[in-house]
Amino acid sequence: MTAEEIYRHGLERIPAGTLGELAAEAVQPWVTVTPASLLDVLTVFRDDPALAFECLDCLTVTDIMDEGQMEVVYHLYSYKHQHLFVVKSRTGRDEPQVPSVTGLWPAADWYEREQYDMFGVRFTGHPNLTRLFLPDEWVGHPMRLDWKEGETALGIPTSRPDPLVKKDAEAGGGADA
Amino acid sequence: MPEELTINGPDNMLLNMGPQHPSTHGVIRFVLETDGEVVAKATPVVGYLHRGVEKIATELTYSQFMPISDRLDYVASMCGNLAWCEAVERMAGIEVPRRAQFLRVIAAELNRISSHLVAVGSFCNDVGGVTPLVVALREREAINDILELLSGARLTYNYMRLGGVSRDMSDKCRQDTAAFLDHFPPALDEFNRLITYNKIFIKRLADIAVVTQEEAKAYGLNGPNLRGSGIRFDLRRNDPYSVYPELDFEIPVGEGFAGQVGDCYDRYMVRINEMYESVKIVRQCLEMMPDGELTSKVARVLKIKAGERYTRTESARGEMGIYIVSKGDKTPYRVRVRTSSYSALSIFEKLSPGLMIADLVAVIGSFDIVAPEIDR
Repeated sequence: MTAEEIYRHGLERIPAGTLGELAAEAVQPWVTVTPASLLDVLTVFRDDPALAFECLDCLTVTDIMDEGQMEVVYHLYSYKHQHLFVVKSRTGRDEPQVPSVTGLWPAADWYEREQYDMFGVRFTGHPNLTRLFLPDEWVGHPMRLDWKEGETALGIPTSRPDPLVKKDAEAGGGADA
Repeated sequence: MPEELTINGPDNMLLNMGPQHPSTHGVIRFVLETDGEVVAKATPVVGYLHRGVEKIATELTYSQFMPISDRLDYVASMCGNLAWCEAVERMAGIEVPRRAQFLRVIAAELNRISSHLVAVGSFCNDVGGVTPLVVALREREAINDILELLSGARLTYNYMRLGGVSRDMSDKCRQDTAAFLDHFPPALDEFNRLITYNKIFIKRLADIAVVTQEEAKAYGLNGPNLRGSGIRFDLRRNDPYSVYPELDFEIPVGEGFAGQVGDCYDRYMVRINEMYESVKIVRQCLEMMPDGELTSKVARVLKIKAGERYTRTESARGEMGIYIVSKGDKTPYRVRVRTSSYSALSIFEKLSPGLMIADLVAVIGSFDIVAPEIDR
C-alpha cells in the first residue's frame, strides 16, 4: 500500500482524533501521534492484517531544539505487504518521555537504550533502560544539541596540546612541546 | 552496560569473554553466566568502538561524509559508500550516469564477495578449522588487488562520489576482474570440498541457535541472517536501487541444509551461495556497462531542501538504512545509520541460554558481526 492508503486504512481502525494529519507532501509521508496514544496506534499498525508491520526497522530520536521538542521517529516495515510507514511522536525537551514499544517489537530494546543513552529520552516501561554505548558513570546525553564537552570525561582530558605549536622558548627547553 | 552483575544459579560462574577475544570479531565484550560449560545467560556489552558517526555527520557536508561511510563497516566499505550515495542522491534527486552505476555495482559486489570470504573464513577459524581462513583470505587478496586498481586503496576505498564515482576502470583492472570471475567459482567449489561438506563442521553448526522466521522479523534481523531463516527478502530485489532491476540473480535462502531452517549452518550456506550470485552480477555488469561519463554535475557544497528520507540498501551484512533530516543547510540536521550487526547482536540475549560456550563462538561467527558497525 502507499502511505496514503495506509493512513486512510489506519483512520478507519483508530479512534477519531488520535492520528494526526498525514504529512503527504514529504518525500516519505509521516503521521504524528501523541505519546499517550502511541502504543494503541502502533498496536493496530502491527496487528491489523492489511497493515501487518511486523518489523520495527529503525527508531530515531531527533532533537528539535528550536521548538523545545524531542521527536521520536518509528520506521515500520511489513515483509508481508512490503510497505514502509513512518510514525512520529513528539515530547517536551526538558523531560522527554514516551512509552516503550519493546512489548510490540523486541528489536526496540536496543534502539531505545541507544536513544536514551544519546538523547536522554525516557522510554517508560522499558525492562532495562540503561546506557548502551557509553559507560554507566557518564553524565549527560551527548547527542543533545545543547550538550557541551567538558574539560575532562571520566577523568581523562578531552583535549591535548597541539604538537605542531612550539612552546615559548622561555617556558623551558620545550623538549616535550 | 550492565549496572550490576547478578548470578542466578547457586553454582553459576561469571566469565568475561572479551573485549579482546579473537572470536568476538572486534572489540565486544560478552558477560557470560555459565553453569559448567553451558551458558545460562550472555549479555553483550558494546560501545568500545563508538566513534559518534551520527554526530560527525551533522558537522560535515554531504560529500565530506563519504570517507566516514567507509568506516561504518570496514570489511565492506564499498557498500557503505553506496548506502550514503543512494541516501543523499535519492533525497536530492541527483541523476547518476549509467557507467558510474555499473561501476558502483561491480565495486559493491566484489566487496560483498570479499566480505563474505572474511565471514566464512573467520567463522571456520572460530570453530577450529584454521586452513579455510587462509584459503578464503587468499581469494580475498585477489579482490583487494582489483579494488586497489579501481580505487587506489585496499580496505577503506572512498571510491564513490555523490553523482558518480571517482575513477574509471582501467583495461588492466577489467582484465583482472574477468580473470577473477573465471577463477573464483571453481576456487569456491574447492573451498566447499575443504570445509563446507565436512562432517565435523556440519555437526558443529547444524541445529545450533535456530532463529525462526517470526523471531528474525521481530528482532529486525536482515541480510544473510534474515535469509538464513528462510525469508526470501533482499533489498536489491525487493526495494531495488541503482541498476539491480536489470540484473539477473537468485536470492539464496536457508533451506535447512543440514538441520532445521534458520540454524548456524543455514546462515553460513546463504553466504556461500550469495558469493556465486555476486559473481553472476559482476559478470553481467562487465558485459552491460556502457561508455560514458563518470559523474554528473553536483554542486561542490550540496544543499538539500528541507525534508527527510530513510533510504535502505543491501550491504554485505544486510540492510544499511540511512535516515537523513535536512533543514536546507549544507550539513544534515540529523543522520541515523541503522546497521545489521546491531540487530544481530541484540538477539543474542534471547538465543544464548542453553548453548555451550563453544557454540556461542559459532553463533557469533554465523551472524557475521563486525564490531564497528554495531557501535558506529
